[in-house]
Order: sequence, then C-alpha cells, then structure tokens
Amino acid sequence: MIDFSFTILIPLIPFILFLLLGLTSGKMKPVLSGYIGTLGLSVVTVLSYFTAYQYFFNREAGAGVFEKIIPFHTVWIHLTEKLHVDLGILLDPISVMMLVVITTVSLMVHIYSMGYMKGDKGYSRFYAFLSLFSFSMLGLVVAPNIFQMYIFWELVGVSSYLLISYYYEKPSAVSAGKKAFIVTRFADLGFLVGILTLSYISGTFDFVSLTDPQGALITQGTSLTFMGISALTWALTLIFMGGAGKSAMFPLHIWLPDAMEGPTPVSALIHAATMVVAGVYLVARLFPLYYFVAPDALTIVAYVGGFTSLFAAVIACTQTDIKRVLAFSTMSQIGYMMLALGVSGYGGEHGLGYMASMFHLFTHAMFKALLFLGAGAIIHAVHTNNMNEMGGLRKYLPITHITFLIACLTISGIPPFSGFFSKDEILVAAFESNRFLFFVEYAVAGITAFYMFRLYFNVFWGKSTHYHHTPHESPFTMTVPLMVLALASMFTGFIPFNDLVTSNGEAFTLHTNWSVAIPSVLIGMAGIALAWVFYKKETAIPDQLATTLSSPYKWSFNKFYIDEVYLFVTKKIIFDRVSEPIAWFDRHVVDASMNRIAWVTNLASDQIKGLQSGQLQKYGFVFISGVIILTFAFVYFLFN
Amino acid sequence: MLSEIPLSYFLVVSTLMFFIGIYGFLTRRNLITILMAVELILNSVNINFVAFNRYLFPDQLEGHFFSLFIIAVAAAEAAVAIAIIISVYRRYSNIDVERVDTMKF
Repeated sequence: MIDFSFTILIPLIPFILFLLLGLTSGKMKPVLSGYIGTLGLSVVTVLSYFTAYQYFFNREAGAGVFEKIIPFHTVWIHLTEKLHVDLGILLDPISVMMLVVITTVSLMVHIYSMGYMKGDKGYSRFYAFLSLFSFSMLGLVVAPNIFQMYIFWELVGVSSYLLISYYYEKPSAVSAGKKAFIVTRFADLGFLVGILTLSYISGTFDFVSLTDPQGALITQGTSLTFMGISALTWALTLIFMGGAGKSAMFPLHIWLPDAMEGPTPVSALIHAATMVVAGVYLVARLFPLYYFVAPDALTIVAYVGGFTSLFAAVIACTQTDIKRVLAFSTMSQIGYMMLALGVSGYGGEHGLGYMASMFHLFTHAMFKALLFLGAGAIIHAVHTNNMNEMGGLRKYLPITHITFLIACLTISGIPPFSGFFSKDEILVAAFESNRFLFFVEYAVAGITAFYMFRLYFNVFWGKSTHYHHTPHESPFTMTVPLMVLALASMFTGFIPFNDLVTSNGEAFTLHTNWSVAIPSVLIGMAGIALAWVFYKKETAIPDQLATTLSSPYKWSFNKFYIDEVYLFVTKKIIFDRVSEPIAWFDRHVVDASMNRIAWVTNLASDQIKGLQSGQLQKYGFVFISGVIILTFAFVYFLFN
Repeated sequence: MLSEIPLSYFLVVSTLMFFIGIYGFLTRRNLITILMAVELILNSVNINFVAFNRYLFPDQLEGHFFSLFIIAVAAAEAAVAIAIIISVYRRYSNIDVERVDTMKF
C-alpha cells in the first residue's frame, strides 16, 4: 500500500487556481487563464487517475475488501473534546470513483469551453468559477465527515448559483440562479437538521464510525422517537431531503430545468454529471445506516427515485428546448440511481442495487456530459435552443452527429454501450426486490429511448431547415472532448464494477439475468422505432397525437404545473395570507408606537424651546433663583 | 480697635455688596455696568475671605492669599471682558445685552 497523502493536492490545486484566476481576472489575457485552468485541472486529473490505479489495482495480493483510507486528517475547529470540526480526505471505492468522474468530466468541459466560450467577455471569470466548482466538488466527495461534506455541499451550491447566473445581464439567468439557490438551500435546511439530529444521537460526524456495521450506532440504534417514528429515521429522511434538493428529485426538482440558462458546458459539468449526483452520493455514503437502522427512509428513497424517473421522462417527451429535454432526462436518470439504492441490500451480492447505482452514476456522467456538450455544439452552430427550428443537421455537423447518436444509444440501453450494462443492473436489482418499481422502470426505459430519439431525429434528420448562415462543425477544442466522451460511453460498460465498487468493499460475481436484459433492450428498441416513425421525416403524426391527447399533452408540456403550484403556495398562501398580516402588524403596531414616541417628544420640545431665548440675564435670573431655592431647601432639611 | 468690631458686621456688608451685585447683574442692560456688578460680587467674596481669615484663623494667611489671587484674576477677567465688549460693540454697534441674542434656539 502506498502513501496516499498526495491526494490533498487534488482539491487544493483547483482552489489555488480559483484564487489565481479570480484575482487576476481582467489583468491577465483571457486566453491565458483558460490555458492555466485547463493545465491545472489536467494535473488534478492525472493525480486522480493515479490514485484510482493505486487504490483499485495496485494492491497487495490476497487483500480482501477495499478498506477506507484516511491519508490526511486535521482538526479545523476545536470546540470541545467531543465536538470538533475536522477536515480531511477519505478514500474508499465510491470516493475514488467520484474523483475519476469529476476530474474526467471537468477536464473535458475545461477543454470544450476554450472553444465554446471563446471571445466571451467573462472568459476568465468563467474559468475561475469552474475551478471553484471543481474544488468544492472534489472536497465534497473526499469528505471524511458529514460536516465537511455539508460545507462543500454549500460551496457547490454557490458555484452552481454563480455559473447559472453567469450571463448576469439576462434577467432569466439571474432569476434561474436565484431559484436554484433558494430551492436547494431550502432542501439543505432539512439536511442540516438531519446532520444535527444524527450527530446528537451518535456523538460523531465521522463517516467511518457512523457507517460501521459493527458500530454502536447501527447495533444499538436509538430509543429516541418523534411522533412515533425513530429519531434516526427522521434524521436520515431529512438528510435525504437535502440530497433530493441537490439531485432534483420530485418535488424539489423545479430549479433544474431553469438552471439550463447557464452556459452549456456548465450544464454538462454541474447539472448533468457531477453536482446533481451529489444526492445519490450522499445516500450511498450513508448507505449502511439507511439499510440497517432506517429501512423506511430507504423505501422513501426508492419511491421518490422511481416516481421522479417516470415523471421527468413523461415531461421530457413534450419539451422543445433541447437543453430542457436533457435536463428532464438527467432527473429521470438520477431517479434510476436513487431507486437502485432504495431497493438495494447490503454486502456482497445483496448489494447489487448499490453497485448498480454507482455504476449508472459513472456511465451516466459520461454519456450525459456527452449529450450536453453535443447540444452545446449544436447550439453553437445554429444559435437557438429550440429544436423545432432545427433539422437535417447531420450533413453539417458530422462529428457531433455521430457522437450524439452514440450517446442516445447509450442512454437508451442498447448493447454494447455502457448504459445497457448499468441500467440492466438497476433493473435486475429492482426485479429482485420490488416488482412494482421494476415495471415502472421498464416503462421509463422505453420512454427514455423515445424522447432521446425524438430529440435526435428532430435535430439531425427531419425537415430540412433554412438557416441564416450555413451551420459549420465546431473547432477541434470542442470536438475532441466529444470524441473522448463518446469513447468513454462506449467502453466504460466493461469496467467490472462488481469487483471494485460494492456496498461493503467485497467483490462478488455478477450473473447476467437475460430474462430482464432482453425485454429491456426490446423496449428500448421499441421506443427508438416509435421515434423513428414519428420524427424521422416530417409527418403529421405528432401533431395529430398532440391534438387527440390534448389534455395529457398540455399537462406534460407545462411540466404538470408544478411551478404554478409552487407559485400558488408561495405567493397566494405564504405571501398574501401570512406575510401580509405580519407586515401590517409591523407597520401599524411596531413602527407606529415608535413614531408616536417620537411625535410626543417633538411636541414637548416645541413647547419648551421658547425658554432658550438668548437673553443672558434671564438665564442668570433662573440660575440664581435655583441656587437660592436649593440653598433654602438645603438649610431647611439640614436643620429640621 | 478692630477686634471690637464683631465678625457679623463684615458679613452684613459683604452680603449687601453681593446682592447689590446680583441685582445689578440681572437688571442692568449695559454690558459695562454688568461687568461692574460682577466686580462687586467678587469684592464681597474678598471681604468674606479676609474677615474669616482674620477672625477664625489669625495665625494663617490662606484667606489673604486667596483675596490677592481673586484681585489678580479679576483684573485679567476685566481685560478679557472689555475686549469682548469691544467686539460686541463692533458687531452690533451698541452694548445692550438684550440685543446680543443670536444664540437663541
């Protein structure tokens, strides 16, 4: 086993880059800041790959389960002997895997942005924020205690906010940033309460002792209850609320579609591949705790995930903004991951769902980043987000076309691309424990294939559209990341996750369940075929269908009016019914009493200001009268 | 002889002087007259000092020294006051105290 203490550099380098690029922004040539950011991140990527290689493959022969290693640890804030906030690095299979995911996607996005953001006036600011985000995300995944995770959790929230509102001159971008920040912040309130409850019960923030299956917390649990439910279940459900906010699970998903106002590389990095899976990562991190002490909370995770995956897939079928289609697709796929965790068991083969979830997280990061970067290349070429204004682009954008097609096939679960393997494991895990959710996920698999190919055919085939100027393929800084990620989408499915990333670090053998796999591929094919019929050539079918099913179509097109529900609750109920009376009380009682006091004082001073006449002798007279009165009073009281 | 005169005589004189001074200070309109009234008050205090010193602590000299100091300070005060009165005169063209009321509310 080698010394892993160099891993401290992995989060540290992006932080230094952030300071450097942020402070020199405007003084340095923008192009240079792009190069520095990308170069720094490549170093981090190399370090992460080296860590992964050392951790997973360069082990002593006969080493059993993957251990949790803490190569760096320091007490940051020492409050009492028991209560202290630590910072450190924790290496275990999932955190090492996340390091690889984050650095890969982040590096690709850095390279891609050199082409995509070229000439933008906030170029170096953009790179500074990207570095800030990379720092926060890397710090989040290596956190060895839940408090450090919470700190970095908020930091990724801030960087997400900064990058969504990157085009701060656009009101829609500004409000989207605020929306994302407020919604996730609201969810984080639950997270914080959960953390406090959990650490109150267990007396520690440390992940290693929290999730130890032989540890005191899991074996003894707690006798504390609240409203008839164990306090631990409450704590873990509240922590999941934080995760659901970050991962855009229903009903806290409303910020994610709007977050597409940010630049497309940002959507690829933050809102597809890394930050939005932080919720999944959080549940996976605390998985033994969920499994052993709060199975009810885990059931909630499964059903929320299952529902969100279906809900988002249905919405994605009717959206016309290509980035929004991808955003809903992301929600749907994260729903898959949550569901897989929710139905998983613990240890060896029982932990299939856990493994599948992490596997899907990995492959999804690759192909969804590819889809977003492809969408960015399309938008770059035709200057619109609306897919009704596109069509026949395969002639103009050959590389984008091929890579996009690969990504679509991957997400649809067509073998031998990576999505097939990971999605299949999830379906098997669901099949073994919850048949209802299993059939839901079958349906979602078909819908996914349909809406992805609806997008694909609409953009690259379909009607030939006249463009103001001929679309042209992107520069190589943008196409190279596409190709790299396409290769990753094609081949990462062959990574033996069952040997590497499992619930207790123990390898197990995987049996392909053909009775699940073959129907899922067929359903995917059916979805593609349907999309082919509807959208390959311009036909009247979709419009007719929309007219026939006008009310479901409208509901889906308007995202099931969830935004309106939120607006109703906040505006009509909270603002009008609660805040208004409180504001009235403040104005008419609190402020008014203060104003009254000021008015009385004013009146009194008006009455007595005449005494200040400026007549020296009057003052003297009053003074001497006072002295005389006091003297008499003094003498009177003294001798009486 | 001096010792046949009781202390209360001196005190009666000084009290009279004091209140005459107060009266002048409060009723006179001319700043110079007011200054003279103030001098009367100071001198009544001087008489008090000297008389008490002489009758109560004949071996000591503090009371005398005090009166000498008061005379010196009063001279200085008169000089400053006259200077102020001259500036007042330059500004208001008279020295009537009722006209000098710029500092009212």
